[in-house]
Amino acid sequence: MAVKYNDFVIRFANVNGSGSASANGMFAKALFRMGIPVATRNIFPSNIQGLPTWFEVRVSDKGYMGRREGVDIMVAMNAETFAEDVASISPGGYLFYDNTKPLSKELRRSDINEIGVPISQLLLPEFADPKQRGLFKNITYLGVLTALINIEFDVITGMVSKQYKGKEDLIEPNVRAMELGRRYAFDYLECPLPLQVKRMDALGDKIMVDGNTAAGLGSVYGGATVCAWYPITPSTSVAEAFEKYTGSMRRDKASGKSKYAIVQAEDELAAIGIVIGAAWNGARSFTGTSGPGISLMSEFLGLAYFAEIPAVVWDIQRSGPSTGMPTRTQQSDVISAAYASHGDTKHVVLFPATPRECFDFAADALDLADRLQTPILVLSDLELGMNDNLSEPFVWDDSRRYDRGKVLNAEQLEKIQRFGRYLDVDGDGIGYRTLPGTHPTKGAFFTRGTSRDEYAAYTESPEAYERNMQRLLKKWETAKTLVPKAEVSTGPHRHGVLFFGTTSLPMQEALDHLAEEGIGLNTCRVRGFPFGAEVEAFIRGHDKVFVVEQNRDAQMRQLLVNEIGVDPARLVPVLYYAGLSISADEIRLQISAHFSANKMSRVTEVKS
Amino acid sequence: MTFVAKPKVHHPRLPLNDIGLTRRDYEGSVSTLCAGCGHDSVSAAIVQACAELSIPPHRFAKVSGIGCSSKTPSYFLSKSHGFNSVHGRMPSIATGANLANRELYTIGISGDGDSASIGLGQFSHIVRRRINMAYIVDNNGTYGLTKGQFSATNDKGSTSKRGAPNLYEPIDLVSLAIQIGASFVARSFSGDKKQLVPLIKAALMHKGMAFIDVISPCVAFNNHNGSTKSYDYVREHRETVVAADYVPHAEEITADYEPGTTERINMPDGSILQLHKLAQDYDPHDRVAALHYVQSRQAEGEVVTGLLYLDPNPMDCHDILGTVDTPLNQLNEADLCPGNAALGSVNASFR
Repeated sequence: MAVKYNDFVIRFANVNGSGSASANGMFAKALFRMGIPVATRNIFPSNIQGLPTWFEVRVSDKGYMGRREGVDIMVAMNAETFAEDVASISPGGYLFYDNTKPLSKELRRSDINEIGVPISQLLLPEFADPKQRGLFKNITYLGVLTALINIEFDVITGMVSKQYKGKEDLIEPNVRAMELGRRYAFDYLECPLPLQVKRMDALGDKIMVDGNTAAGLGSVYGGATVCAWYPITPSTSVAEAFEKYTGSMRRDKASGKSKYAIVQAEDELAAIGIVIGAAWNGARSFTGTSGPGISLMSEFLGLAYFAEIPAVVWDIQRSGPSTGMPTRTQQSDVISAAYASHGDTKHVVLFPATPRECFDFAADALDLADRLQTPILVLSDLELGMNDNLSEPFVWDDSRRYDRGKVLNAEQLEKIQRFGRYLDVDGDGIGYRTLPGTHPTKGAFFTRGTSRDEYAAYTESPEAYERNMQRLLKKWETAKTLVPKAEVSTGPHRHGVLFFGTTSLPMQEALDHLAEEGIGLNTCRVRGFPFGAEVEAFIRGHDKVFVVEQNRDAQMRQLLVNEIGVDPARLVPVLYYAGLSISADEIRLQISAHFSANKMSRVTEVKS
Repeated sequence: MTFVAKPKVHHPRLPLNDIGLTRRDYEGSVSTLCAGCGHDSVSAAIVQACAELSIPPHRFAKVSGIGCSSKTPSYFLSKSHGFNSVHGRMPSIATGANLANRELYTIGISGDGDSASIGLGQFSHIVRRRINMAYIVDNNGTYGLTKGQFSATNDKGSTSKRGAPNLYEPIDLVSLAIQIGASFVARSFSGDKKQLVPLIKAALMHKGMAFIDVISPCVAFNNHNGSTKSYDYVREHRETVVAADYVPHAEEITADYEPGTTERINMPDGSILQLHKLAQDYDPHDRVAALHYVQSRQAEGEVVTGLLYLDPNPMDCHDILGTVDTPLNQLNEADLCPGNAALGSVNASFR
C-alpha cells in the first residue's frame, strides 16, 4: 500500500477533565515542530468534568487549515462515545483503542483497521496510583502514536521536559509512560502505518496560537489601560491573556505598580459601562464578550454611538440564539453587532481571520475607536479564539504612534474662541473632544445620551437633531475609508465568492476543488464594516457573488443588501451553522449545486 | 423652575476662596426641576462644599444616571465635565472614569430609582470595589419624571399622592453600603444645609467610597401626609447621631467643642474631620454597631442622619489594584507599548 504523508485527520475522543488536553496538545505541537501544517480543533462540552470531548488535528501538506469531513485515525478513549466514534471513521481508516477489554462484536467494522493496545494493562505494573494510571493513559497513547505515524521521538520528549520544567519529578514518569506505548507498538504492531508524518519545511517562522491570546496581547501593544469584562465562554481568555501579558510587560520597574487596571465586573452591562467611562476620561479601554454579552451591552453601545465615546468590544461568537450551544462556533452576531441598540444606531465592525490579524486589529481597533469616537466591535469566534491556529508571527512597528484622535489639550483650547464638542470643523463628521480636567475655564461640556446641539447643549430642536444625525452619517462615510480594506483577488472569473473571519480557513481548499470541477471564482475577504468602496466594486463587478458564512439567516448577506443596495438575487447564500466550523466540502457542494441547479456555465470565462 | 438666567457678573463683595474664586464659579446652569425640589438644595450644598474646599472647578468629574436626580449635574460645576449616562449605570461609568484618572474628584449623583431599583446591582458592586468618589443619592422615594410611581426606597405603608399604600419592603441603601464595603456612609436631609455641606466636603476628601443618602422630598409627588419622604415627616422624625465639621488643613483648628463628644479624624491631605457625637454610645467606627443602630431606629420610624460609619483605615480601588500613581490616561507609548523586541520571546513561546 502506498504511503501517504502529512495528509490526514486524527481525532482524539476523550472524557472532559481526564488530562487529555496536554497530551493532545503535545501531539499537535510535535507535528508543528516537524514543519508540517496542522490545524487543531477542540470540540468540547459546556462542562468541567465528565462529558465527552474531542480534539481533532488536521494534518495537511497543502496547508489546508479548514475542517475536513471524515476521520482517518480515531483515538477512541471514551467508552461513552465509543460506538459513535467508531462509526465516524472514514472507510480505510484506523481505530486505535485500549483493548484491555475486548472490542464487542457489534462495534466491529470490516472496512476499517483496528489497532488495539492494552494501555490499562501496560500501566498496571508500572504505576501503583490509580489516578496516575488514568492520567498516563493519555501520554501512553501518545507514545504509541509516535511509532505508528513516525513522529520524531526527540521532538516529543523535548516537549515533555519543557512542559514540566520546574516539576522535574514529573518528567521521568511521563517519558516512561510514553516509552511504554512506543515500545509496545514497535514490538507488536506494524509500524509505521501507511498514513504517517514526515518532516517538512512548510511553516517558515509561523507560530501556533489561539486568537484570544493574540487579541489580549494586541491590546497590550495597542495601549489599552483599562479592561473590564465578565466571564463568558468563549471570550474569557481575551481578558486572561491581557492580564497575563500586562502582568509581565506593564509593571512600573521602580514601584512594581501596574500601568493598567483590570476589573472583573458584575455583568456585561457594567463591563461596557466601565469601558465607556474610562474612554470618556481618556484611557484606552476594551472588553471581551460573546453574543449574550452583546445583547446586554446594547443600551450602552447606543449611548457610546450617540454621545460619541470610544470603546472596543471583542465579541468571540458562539452558537446562538439565547444560550444556544455555548461551546460551539458560529458567525451569528453579525447583525446584532452591526446594529446593536435601539434607534438609528450602527457600529464599526472588524472581522479578523487569523491570530496575527487578532493581534493587529486589537491595536487598530483602539486607534479607530479614538479616531472615530465610537465603539469598535471586533468579531472573532470560538474557532479562531479558542483553537491554536497557524499564524504569521506577531510584529510591531516601533515607529508606530497611537492615534488618539481629535483630543484638544489646554494649549489648543486657549487658542479657540468658542469650543463646540459636536462642531464638524474638518468636514469629516468628527468633532473635537476634550478630557475632564484639561483646562480651568474652557472645553468642559456635558456628555449625554439625549439630543444636543453642536455646543453639547440639550435640545429638542428638530433641525439640530437632524443636523446631528446627518453628521453621524458623514462620520460613517469617513469610517468606510479607515476600516481595514477587504482582500480582493482579481482573477478572470465572472462570479465571485465573499467571506470573512474563520470562513476564510477552508476557502483555498474549496476553491482548489471547485476549480477541478471547472468553477472559477474571484474572492473578496471582508475585513471591516462599513463596507469600503472595494467591496461594493467587487459585488457590482460580478454576476453572482456567493456569500459564505456560518449562520442560518445569511446575516452578512443581509448587511450587504441593506448597506450597498445590490439586487439580492445576485448574492447567493452559502451557509453552515451546525456549530462545527464550516468545511471546504460544504462550501464546494453548495456552490457546485447552485451552478448545476441554475445551469451556470462551468467553463471559466474571461470577462470582456 | 425659573426661566430667569443668572447674571454672569459677580457681586463685587462675594467672598473669595483660597484660590480666588467665588461660589458663583462653582455653579451650573439654571435648574429645570420643580420649584422647591429638594434636589436643588443638594446641588446648592455641593456648590458650597466645592467652593469651600477651594478645589479648581475643572478638577471634578460629574457622573449620573437617569432621572430627576441625574439631571442635577447640569446645575452645579459648569466648568467640570459631566456625564449623564444611562439608567442605573452611573456606577460603571464612575468606575471607568476613576480608573482612567485617579487625580480627579469624582462626584456621582443618583436617585432612589437609579440606585435602588434598576441600578441596585451596580450600586452594590461599586461599593464593593471601593471607588474613590462621593456617591450622592437624592432620595425622594418616588419616580418623578414618570409622575409619581413608588420607588424601592419607599417605606412600606407610605402612601402615594392618590392615597394608595406601598405594599413592599424598602431597600435601605445606607445599611447596604455599610455592609458591603463603603468606608464613609452618611445620611442627611436636603433641608439641612448645615449638616449636608460638611458631609459633602468630608466625602470628597475621603479616600475611598463615600456614600451619602440624602432624603430629598419630591414636592410634586411625594410631599403629602402619608409619605415618609416629605419635608414635614423627615423634620419630625430625624435623629442626628453624629454631626460632622470639615476643617481644611490650611485653617486653624479651634477646639471649642466639649471634650468627650468631639473626635478628630485626620484626612489624607492633612485636613481634619471633626465628629460630634450627639447620641450616646454611638461609635461611627464600629461597622456592626452602626448597622444595628441604623436599623433599630428605623424600626421605630426614625430617620437617623449624620455620619453613620467611617472606616478609620480606608482603601480605594487603586490601592486594591496596585495601579501606578500617574493617571492611566496620561501614560504614553513609552509607558504602555513593550516594543517589537519583546515579541521575539512571545513568538518563540508559540513555536
